Amino acid sequence: MSESAATAEAPTRGLPPQDEGPGFFQRYGVTLVFLLPALTLLTVWIVYPTIRTIIRSFYDRSGDDFIGFENYRTLFTDDTLLTAIKNNLLWLLIVPFFVTAIGLVFAVLLERIRFSVAFKIVVFMPMAISLFAAGVIWRLMYEKDPSQGTVNAAIAVVADAVSPSGVLASAQPSTEQVTAASDGALVLERPLEPGGVAQLGLTGIRASDVPDDAVQAVVPEPLAGGITGVVWRDFTPGGGTSGEVGEEELGLPGITVELRSEGGGSRAAQATTEADGTFVFDDVGSGAHQVAIGAATFSEPYAGVSWLGQSLITPAIMMAYVWVWAGFAMVVIAAGLAAIPRDLLEAARTDGATEWQVFRRVTVPLLMPVIAVVFITMLIYVLKVFDIVIAIAPGSVQDDANVIALAMWRTSFGGVNDFGLGAAIAVFLFLLVIPILALNIRRFRREV
Amino acid sequence: MRSRWVVLAMLVAALAFVAAGCGGDDDGGSAGGSEDITGDVSIMAIWGGAEQESFEAVIAGFEELYPNVNVTYTSGGDNLAPLLSTAVEGGNPPDIACIGQPGLMAQFAEQGAIQPIDDLRDTIVDNFGEAVADVGSVDGTQYAVMFKAANKSTIWYNVASFEEAGVEPPQTWEELGEVATTLDAAGITPYSVGVDVGWPITDLFENVYIRTAGPEMYDQLVNHEIPWTDQSVKDALMEMQSIFGASSNLVGGTSEALQTDMPTSVANVFSDSPKGAMVIIGAFAPGVVTDNPLEPVTGYDVFTFPSIDGSGSAAVGSGDLCVNFQTSEGATAFLEYLTTPEAAEIWIARGGFSSPNRNVDEAAYTDELERATATGLSEAETFRFDASDLMPSAFGGTPGQGFWKGMTDFVANPNDIDGVTQQLENAANQAYTN
Repeated sequence: MSESAATAEAPTRGLPPQDEGPGFFQRYGVTLVFLLPALTLLTVWIVYPTIRTIIRSFYDRSGDDFIGFENYRTLFTDDTLLTAIKNNLLWLLIVPFFVTAIGLVFAVLLERIRFSVAFKIVVFMPMAISLFAAGVIWRLMYEKDPSQGTVNAAIAVVADAVSPSGVLASAQPSTEQVTAASDGALVLERPLEPGGVAQLGLTGIRASDVPDDAVQAVVPEPLAGGITGVVWRDFTPGGGTSGEVGEEELGLPGITVELRSEGGGSRAAQATTEADGTFVFDDVGSGAHQVAIGAATFSEPYAGVSWLGQSLITPAIMMAYVWVWAGFAMVVIAAGLAAIPRDLLEAARTDGATEWQVFRRVTVPLLMPVIAVVFITMLIYVLKVFDIVIAIAPGSVQDDANVIALAMWRTSFGGVNDFGLGAAIAVFLFLLVIPILALNIRRFRREV
Repeated sequence: MRSRWVVLAMLVAALAFVAAGCGGDDDGGSAGGSEDITGDVSIMAIWGGAEQESFEAVIAGFEELYPNVNVTYTSGGDNLAPLLSTAVEGGNPPDIACIGQPGLMAQFAEQGAIQPIDDLRDTIVDNFGEAVADVGSVDGTQYAVMFKAANKSTIWYNVASFEEAGVEPPQTWEELGEVATTLDAAGITPYSVGVDVGWPITDLFENVYIRTAGPEMYDQLVNHEIPWTDQSVKDALMEMQSIFGASSNLVGGTSEALQTDMPTSVANVFSDSPKGAMVIIGAFAPGVVTDNPLEPVTGYDVFTFPSIDGSGSAAVGSGDLCVNFQTSEGATAFLEYLTTPEAAEIWIARGGFSSPNRNVDEAAYTDELERATATGLSEAETFRFDASDLMPSAFGGTPGQGFWKGMTDFVANPNDIDGVTQQLENAANQAYTN
């Protein structure tokens, strides 16, 4: 008895314990068995592909020739890929900040109102749809034509109130005798003495846009001491003769014609055209004058901001992305907010702090851990952004809106079929995410 | 103790199920004679929407002849090329795929991914002629049946718009410019352009280039034997400036055109209240518009791409080449079926289809416009396959790169010809050397 106890307490040095208590497998066997499926899946689908991708990135397109760091050099010299990296940097700097900030604002503001839950649901709803579906929705909303794109329609309401479109937005002069002045008006070049007749032919007007009361245009008789003229739609099917009033060419009624002093400049008088397009200026006094159609007639209807054009496409996609993720930030921060003891805030208020000071000096510092979680999560997601970019950007600007994940997909699978370069891009993205992941893990450790 | 072993057994069983599920599928076996052919055949092509329904009608015709073969069709859309490349790389391609790029077909042939169909060569030559048969072969080995062809030297227009402006379809490039000017004077936007990912503009470039530079230089450009910075390329782009140089020529202006996709640009013309009078696009146009309110000839019509400086009649066309990834009796039977006039006639009757098959009954074309464009393709003095489909796909078949991107950039900046040609040359140098 005492012998076995002695041997149990003092194992012989240098020799592995034989039959000394439970062995490795008996102690850890069950744990291993439970972990095995997960470990297998992780190895097969994450560890092995990662290693293979890293190796593949050192080979060329076909996979046969070892080319070392050549792919990485291409990564930093090719225009398309540089644009992608630059765009991702922009995303990294702008989007997580805005998502967190907007989420914070919503969380704080929505806390105090009634039906806050309903509002929170509304703000959070975009999270319920996939990023790709959100992209499709915003693609439709960003259409340039104000009659189709929601965003531009909203802007058009304001724009049209400020500068309404003119009666003849698309009209052009039909001859060289009428030219565009610097202020947008169309001016008959040749100055007219009293008794002169002005002919202002316009094209580019649809037959259906001519007012209903228009009739065949006529060239008016000269008026002694005054100036007369005609404004008409100078077009006959097949072209017609420009500059002359032809048959079936209608006058344009309701146009405001200005009488200007010679050389442009001040407006002496105004007249409106009749149903046959004629207008009359009585008694113009001596000296030559020029006849013009005011710029207001030609102001184009609001054409819409080109959200999907080269310059605005990345901001446009960012806005859609923030719309989707602000809800997530709001919900997480609201949860953190609920955990803040209210008496701290009360104490600050009784000490005389304004709401803004309470927010800045008390609430935000207490929320810092939660805000950090949201911010770091967004950093990681933004580095990988892909589906919303491919959904929103029309084909012609996909290059300008390019991001690293999209560039990787295009390079490997999207037609270029250079799997080596695609692997290099994937490794690069992996390296970018690692520091942020490390940060996250450090935070977890610290919290525990 | 015992419960621990039960749990362990369950885990092992679960793992076994997962492993079995991950294993590859087995094709159904095929037995002897032609009437007894069984099995599954999977097909992929770009046809979606209305075109997909038409192809499924063709498949139904096949299944009537071979009732024991089960054919499934999946549409790959515009992403067919990358989908197939991935599937080949992963070792799991469909049995048959109909691809539009001979360049891609050649790539697959070099990789050994597609199987030769030399047995069908005679049937193909009988039905389609040597020239078309050769498009489907690589280095003398037959790989493909060209089932569907498209005449890309066509311009479609809205009849009411032309009547309103009092113009007739032009015969020459100069007349086309005059037609556009007259339309503009009438207040009608002359061109509806859908730049999309760029390929519609590559078609336009090819049509201009084959007329300004001639078919021999066209071939040289395809093989990158002359650089993209060659004066002939710049001359062709200068001709195109007459269309893209003025934003008012295009529906919605240049910025809208850059965001418009091809079906929308066609729908803008094929409409009761058209936004534009003409759309420069291939003969498949009527087939891409769902709910077309207009009738052929009375509502919409077509004219051949006009000659430039007295060039002879030339047609640029494309076709869908059906290749065989995995051989099986069902797949071979299907490819043989595609060479028959009956298969083509099923789709012809539904419209939006042009068959390169000479033995097709022309009366099957219910649409006289389709008959015209189909014969326009076969009767042109010069025929060339669409250049961008002959080029390496990294240059000629990828959105956001190479030829496609060069053309979208040209539309955005039509005055920067030197910049665009240099960009094209740089991209070509990269793509052609690999």
